[in-house]
Amino acid sequence: MADISVSQGVITPVRSAGYWQNVGARLVRDKTAMAAGAVLLLLLLAAIFAPLVAPLDPLEGRLINRLKPIGTPGHVLGTDELGRDMLSRLIWGGRLSLLMGVTPVVMAFFLGSALGILAGYAGGWTNTLIMRTVDVFYAFPSVLLAVALSGALGAGLGNALLSLTVVFIPPIARVAESVTTRLRSSDFIEAARASGAGAFTIVRVHVLGNVLGPIFVYATSLIAVSMILASGLSFLGLGVRPPNPEWGLMLNTLRTAIYAQPWVAALPGAMIFMVSISFNLLSDGLRSAMEVRQ
Amino acid sequence: MLGYTLRRIIYTAPVLFGVSVVCFALVHISPGDPLISILPADASVELQDRLRTLYGFDRSYPEQFILWLGRALQGDLGTSIATGRPVTSEVIRAVGNTLMLAAVATFIGFVLGCFFGFVAGYFSNSPLDKAASAAAVFGVSVPHYWLGMVRVIIFSAQLGWLPAAGAGPGGSGQWKFDLEHLSYMILPAITMSVIPMGIIARTVRALVAEILAQEFVIGLRARGLSELGVFLHVVKNAAPTALAVMGVQLGYLLGGSILIETVFSWPGTGMLLNSAIFQRDLPLLQGTILVLALFFVVLNLAVDVMQSALDPRIKR
Repeated sequence: MADISVSQGVITPVRSAGYWQNVGARLVRDKTAMAAGAVLLLLLLAAIFAPLVAPLDPLEGRLINRLKPIGTPGHVLGTDELGRDMLSRLIWGGRLSLLMGVTPVVMAFFLGSALGILAGYAGGWTNTLIMRTVDVFYAFPSVLLAVALSGALGAGLGNALLSLTVVFIPPIARVAESVTTRLRSSDFIEAARASGAGAFTIVRVHVLGNVLGPIFVYATSLIAVSMILASGLSFLGLGVRPPNPEWGLMLNTLRTAIYAQPWVAALPGAMIFMVSISFNLLSDGLRSAMEVRQ
Repeated sequence: MLGYTLRRIIYTAPVLFGVSVVCFALVHISPGDPLISILPADASVELQDRLRTLYGFDRSYPEQFILWLGRALQGDLGTSIATGRPVTSEVIRAVGNTLMLAAVATFIGFVLGCFFGFVAGYFSNSPLDKAASAAAVFGVSVPHYWLGMVRVIIFSAQLGWLPAAGAGPGGSGQWKFDLEHLSYMILPAITMSVIPMGIIARTVRALVAEILAQEFVIGLRARGLSELGVFLHVVKNAAPTALAVMGVQLGYLLGGSILIETVFSWPGTGMLLNSAIFQRDLPLLQGTILVLALFFVVLNLAVDVMQSALDPRIKR
């Protein structure tokens, strides 16, 4: 109690810092979001420190050990169709899977925000040109666009990342444009303009600070979709190439084993599901933590 | 109404043009000579040139685009490199199967999604709401291709109740309305329905909660209307948006069926795309994508027009 009254007494020089502190405090109180965040953090740490955490080499296996069930001594989660240790492959697989799921949204966040803010702030022909182009890409269902682009470009990690980035730019640009357009006509932007601030200064100081929050929350909700899509591309054979461990690809190569070792074959998908639902719950928590201001 | 419909159609035209540009570009962003996949490695230069002229690859991009678009508008999407058959007939055969699967899945998803959404919205913040919301989060988070695999493991591999793959007995590629064919559809359709179920449940929950908080509902209750009567009013107010979401979801499933179709070897457009990609059959890839994107755009147009017809409050 004492802590709260003291912190309320302190006058923070930057108002927005206080707002973000509040959001943080609300988010910490959200048990579901925190649990989801903890799961993600754990998986991320396991992936980063895979060489230390994984018990065995993810690429080395002996055919004599193939498709061992869950609970085999020495292979806690069994072995895959080439006798490689599943636990080690799942831990190592987190590296490529998380990278493939998160990178496209991060890149699309920057590119889509830039395009949307430019379109929203400039208005007129610039807006028409950018937003009508965005509409064209929006006219494809996201799975179809991702498959079309990576199918035409050819299989591979880089092409899959590029295709997914293109898929996520249009929705982010749309949100950025609508938020910026609404902001542009507000009084304090008018005041800044009247006081002689240049367009660049207004965007940097007044627009960015107010639009990046909503765009960021929206972008976090796309990470779950991106995880499913990215692993889906690998599942189709369009992403990561064997023998590299990646959850979608592992799911694909283990499909032949669903009669021999069904639950081992299902493990990589459970990882994708766990990550995707955690990102969804965290994003939901973030949204409700941020909406209190309105 | 008519004015809005016309405006909406005119607005769709440039989008369709853009979509065709993207589809055309697909062949040209792909690395390597598009002829490589049909030619033997030791093909003579004359043969290469002759085929290049035949397929029109020696002309400039705008020329090729206009020729391609002109033929596409007449229903000619070129010839499949892998099979030598016209792309149009291949796509038409596959689209029927995909449409069937996607429509059944959307219907299941709509019914379940509305049920969960109404329950959650009516009893918001109760344990029922939490359970229904959890089902919705599950629906939008689960990798559906994995869910399909798990269902094959349980219902085909372990229990042996339902067939694991294909659209009919003996690898039949053509859909028929009988019990045997129906048993092949159950697993893929239920698996596919998870996505629209989650999204529709979320939408309906928010809608119902919002409608129930409005003053007219209090008014209805004050006038002594029965709970059923109030419920009917809520349904009437939620219907246009829920139906619109359903229409858009059908479009997403049509275009996004490739993963489910791969899991269940369903002979639809997804399988077609899959084989087109791995045989580097670019005309088939291009044609299939164009048709699916066309479906999606037209469906969205229909949904918008329908929504404004159903709900006169939407002034556009």
